[in-house]
Amino acid sequence: MEFRPILSSLRRHKLTASLLMLQVAFTCAIVCNVVFMVAQRIQRVSVSTGIAESELSVIHSSGIGKDESPQARHAADLAALRAIPGVRSAVAVSYSLPLNRSESSRGFCPSKEALDRAMQRNSIEGSGCMQPAVYDGTPGLVDTLGLRLVAGRDFLPDEYVDKGKPAVAIITQALAKAMYPGRSALGQSMYDGHDFIRVVGIVDTLLRPAPNQPGVAGQSMIWPQRPVDAGVLYVLRSAPQDRARILRAGRAALLAASPSRLVDPQRMKTYTQIRARYFQRDITMIGLLIAAGLGLLFVTALGIAGLANFWVQQRTRTIGIRRAIGATRGDILRYFQAENFLIVGAGVVIGAVLAVALNLLLMSRYELPRLPLWYLPVGALALWALGQLSVLAPALRAAAVPPVVATRSV
Amino acid sequence: MIAYYVDLALRSLRRSPVLTGLMVLAIGLGIGASMTMITVLHVMTDDPLPGRSAHLYTPHLDPLPRDYHRGENSPDPSDNLTWPDAMGLLKAKRAVRQAAMAGGTLLARPAQDGLQPFYVGGRYATADIFALFGLRFEYGGGWSSADDAAGAHVVVLADMLARKLFGRADVVGRTAHLGELDYRVIGVVADWSPAPQFYADNTGTQYSDTDRFFLPLSVAIDKDLPVNGNQSGWGSDDKAGSGKRGAEMSWLQFWVELDTPAQVAAYRQYLVDYSVEQKALGRFERPPTDAKLYSLMGWLAHENLVPDDVQLQLWLALGFLFVCMLNIVALLLAKFLRRGGEISVRRALGARRRDIFAQLAIESALIGIAGGALGLAIAQLGLWSVRHRPDDYARLAQMDPTMLAGTFVLAVLASVLASLLPAWRACRIAPALQLKAQ
Repeated sequence: MEFRPILSSLRRHKLTASLLMLQVAFTCAIVCNVVFMVAQRIQRVSVSTGIAESELSVIHSSGIGKDESPQARHAADLAALRAIPGVRSAVAVSYSLPLNRSESSRGFCPSKEALDRAMQRNSIEGSGCMQPAVYDGTPGLVDTLGLRLVAGRDFLPDEYVDKGKPAVAIITQALAKAMYPGRSALGQSMYDGHDFIRVVGIVDTLLRPAPNQPGVAGQSMIWPQRPVDAGVLYVLRSAPQDRARILRAGRAALLAASPSRLVDPQRMKTYTQIRARYFQRDITMIGLLIAAGLGLLFVTALGIAGLANFWVQQRTRTIGIRRAIGATRGDILRYFQAENFLIVGAGVVIGAVLAVALNLLLMSRYELPRLPLWYLPVGALALWALGQLSVLAPALRAAAVPPVVATRSV
Repeated sequence: MIAYYVDLALRSLRRSPVLTGLMVLAIGLGIGASMTMITVLHVMTDDPLPGRSAHLYTPHLDPLPRDYHRGENSPDPSDNLTWPDAMGLLKAKRAVRQAAMAGGTLLARPAQDGLQPFYVGGRYATADIFALFGLRFEYGGGWSSADDAAGAHVVVLADMLARKLFGRADVVGRTAHLGELDYRVIGVVADWSPAPQFYADNTGTQYSDTDRFFLPLSVAIDKDLPVNGNQSGWGSDDKAGSGKRGAEMSWLQFWVELDTPAQVAAYRQYLVDYSVEQKALGRFERPPTDAKLYSLMGWLAHENLVPDDVQLQLWLALGFLFVCMLNIVALLLAKFLRRGGEISVRRALGARRRDIFAQLAIESALIGIAGGALGLAIAQLGLWSVRHRPDDYARLAQMDPTMLAGTFVLAVLASVLASLLPAWRACRIAPALQLKAQ
């Protein structure tokens, strides 16, 4: 293909061609960043919590009777809940579950020296101490949540306490690696300034209730403490399709067991709903980003097609002359395709630079990592394909111009 | 002349309906996306208390120890006041009006039988709060400073809560059961929900929370009622001074009314003097100049309530509009230049460049008006979908008349701006050359 005639013709439409090129460049820059942000968000919303999400349902109950022992109440409630057909197991927790935002965290140090370092700096950063999220619950929590024990054991019945601090804990692998790098965490004692708590088990994954900071999102621990407040979360495990029925039956069973309480239907949820609520903003954002990206590509495709259409109309006579002096339909078609290839090509080169600049700008204002460079060639290819697709119809129309047009006067 | 240009423009637009349609669609999409996001941002940063907000200020003291280290994601304890500081400022009475307050959620039991108890949010405050924020009483009135001092068990209900508890609004003198205690209803105020709830602690959902009851702050502290929001302590556990009355835990919000610039300056100076005094007493360790006085809008800016995502969405929408405009510039340029013959004839017949320019600008403005109408429809669709999201601010996403007019202004402005370059190029066509070529 001979590019020289195309270039000399483009030179006569310098301004229009460069505007189209700029549009392609900005589209390329924005779309590359949008796709990157979508990928980031998808990665965020698909994080694993480590629990059997599709089988869990949660009911919040708060007792409002005055002279009741909360723990006796919980035990009676759990018995009633377990009696519901389809409920495989049930536990009570104070308020924390992965991604429900109600987090209680506590500082722990691998040793006395680390604690001293932390005291000296007035900060736990860099001291070796960690601040894991602490989960509590009635016996059976590990099984009900569906956690995978990779080392050690579950709690023994006599390790559970109603008041005060338990003596043992199960921690996540992420916390084990951070606290005891290069060593086995099993059997180690974690120091919290007053007491030692022994690690008796390690679970694969258990995400925090509020994983805001990426580095420590997986650092959590469970200890054998029964909930002490009248307000409590009941976690039920069942087959996924039974969850809606079990929630209704659970509410009825709780109200029947003790009418002097609140079981707010708003706080009765399947775990799937809890997860969706946590990531709700991200899901909105993914939808918006995709819509904006598609909108941009659509407008750019329209622009390319519109302008090409215009040029074909304008050059009808020239095309006729070329056809009359021997150019084939294929030549005309390829001419317009090559012209588009050149304009979009120049556009994506500028677009790649703009994409990196835009990414740097976004990085400085929002929490966004660096754009991987392989996005740029992929974005370029996508825009080239889009350009060729949008120019196809006008180019075919140009190719269909009969040579006889050349002999007609305008 | 303008009518003639409009006529010319309509003819020209009708001659190439596809191209016109493309341009209207492009500007409509760009304007629709931008106006959706501008509206969301507008309602989120709007004045929550028009007319009153210019008189409201919130003092900010810094009682934190010098070496206090705040975690990356944790709130700033010095955003709120401690009990001793709030009481100090309250007793000094240096402002026209002043009130200390904190949010709370209590269990309400309806007086009517057969209704389930429910949790309801409200505010513990000192006597001036009603006059300070300009709440309107439907029945009865507020409590006095004497009630504050005595810890009187009185309550002011919002209309909605009164109706929910008693079935009607005129309930002054009746007894409301909130939490574990009984309170005498002394007033009912009209429902009041400034958005954002500027005076609340910033950990809540400030665009959707509403106060349904008002209790004297002294009762809340005497009876240790549950307090919402951020209660940050910085003392060690075993030292005296922790707890709600302690000097090492901040949990109270404080607002004052100042009517003249002189009063504002005097209050600002008073805060610094107060900090100097506290520093001399050994309570404050940080420089007294850390004490600040925020205006209401200044405080909202300081709190930065607009989430990053919403800002990002706005930038995205504006970027989209920009690309749409580039698109229109290219299309208009092609269109105008193609009409070289027509323009040359008009020029040869005596039209000045200025006339040609005006004619082409009017043509673009017509595209802008059509695009604005389309953009308005798209923005309404966008806002409708925002309102159906479960976000805190969702219910606010409505266009007011200003935004409605703004949509058209922006659309016409964008299209006229987009036509500047093409129209300028078209004006510079040399008529002689064009006419000769034909």
